[in-house]
Amino acid sequence: MTETRQDSTTRAYPFSAPDRLDLDPRYAQLRQHEPLTRVRLPFGEPAWLATRYADVRTVLGDPRFSRAASVGRDEPRITPLQMASGILSMDPPEHTRLRRLVARAFTARRVEDLRPRAREIADELLDRMVAGGPPADLVEAFATPLPVTVICELLGVPVADQGRFHVWSEAIVSTTSLSPDRIREYIDNLYAYIGELIARRRRVPTDDLLGALVRARDSDDGRLTETEMVQLAAGLLAAGHETTVTQIPNFVYVLLTHPAELARLRADPALVPSAVEELMRYVPLGVASSFARYALEDVELGGVLVRAGEPVIASLSAANRDPEVFDDPDRLDLTRAANPHVGFGHGVHHCIGAQLARMELQVAVAALLHRLPGLRLAVPEPELEWKSGMLVRGLRKMPVAW
Amino acid sequence: MVSRRWRVTVDPRRCIGSGICAGAAPGHFVLVDAVSIPLDELIAPEDSVLDAAESCPMEAIAVRDAADGRVIAPEP
Repeated sequence: MTETRQDSTTRAYPFSAPDRLDLDPRYAQLRQHEPLTRVRLPFGEPAWLATRYADVRTVLGDPRFSRAASVGRDEPRITPLQMASGILSMDPPEHTRLRRLVARAFTARRVEDLRPRAREIADELLDRMVAGGPPADLVEAFATPLPVTVICELLGVPVADQGRFHVWSEAIVSTTSLSPDRIREYIDNLYAYIGELIARRRRVPTDDLLGALVRARDSDDGRLTETEMVQLAAGLLAAGHETTVTQIPNFVYVLLTHPAELARLRADPALVPSAVEELMRYVPLGVASSFARYALEDVELGGVLVRAGEPVIASLSAANRDPEVFDDPDRLDLTRAANPHVGFGHGVHHCIGAQLARMELQVAVAALLHRLPGLRLAVPEPELEWKSGMLVRGLRKMPVAW
Repeated sequence: MVSRRWRVTVDPRRCIGSGICAGAAPGHFVLVDAVSIPLDELIAPEDSVLDAAESCPMEAIAVRDAADGRVIAPEP
């Protein structure tokens, strides 16, 4: 039976401030009793929140739900500013036209070619960390420089400029950690910096991904505007900074707090790929879901009639704990056989860096297990500092010993 | 080039069910048990199918000229 919207209460969302990597129990209650519920986010119009795996996949994968339709609307969001343009506010075919230009650099095959270099970087970082002796901050010594070096080398951004753009890229994932003015300023700085690198490539062409974008832009077939090119490159640089960088310490935290699972992984390093998939499922990286999809027509979903023009937010974290799909979903099981998690999203906006992130996470976990068999926290767990005011959950610092 | 046809295939061993193809070319791909399958193997040339093949992170989709088997997408 279809509910009318008057029947359901509108809840404030996110339901609670993030607490470590714990998923608020209200997701499970809603998934069971009210799979589509009305929510109000800190900014923008109210929305539906979908928590069931099947509904989440529909919202993200079905062309009746649109990101382009968010343009011009007061989009429900946890960031003060609305990104009114860019690849995340597009639908096919415009979206695919842009994505195609960079997608080929992120295929499983191309990413595999980068694995030896990622291993080399991981080894060098751990050499330096071990030489410095315990304790060390895993975030600064390992989890940050590994993905940052990889994405910089792929794009052709000088790793030496890290001090400049690392600060600016935080603006992309800030919710309340920065003021709106500061967010605007940092994003402008990041775009200007990318603009400089592009100008340099117009003088001296390069073989890196930025060079390839400049060639696509200047081949004059109208596939790519200057603004799109800058936004796309800045987005890749920022995403390469804030996601894997955060997930490496998150994964280590989960493993250290699940000693039996960690022991299994140490005993059989061949489990690393399936462990990475399970950790992607298990860790609710996002503080809240965002990037609402707008219904282009009336759609029956989760027992509710979503009207044309209404926004729906899909909770990846709730979907990844749906007992309809995952046995014993709240248990970490590094040997889980079937694991069709949506940790990288689903549909046309499925994370373009998913294969790269998988590879980096595999390399990072394998290197840490192999090189630091005695890896442990160097402070009591309650003293760990967690980030706040960001789109993602993660540790500010992770003091470790080995 | 009159009535040229394309042959579309998805390698189920490579497919990870990302849903990119079904979203980019909804009339041409459908996900069944988290694996994409082409709705029709023989199709009239259509840009969205090339977009899907070029966007697949696993290079699981192949678009060939039905007459001579030449690979049209993805680019090597």
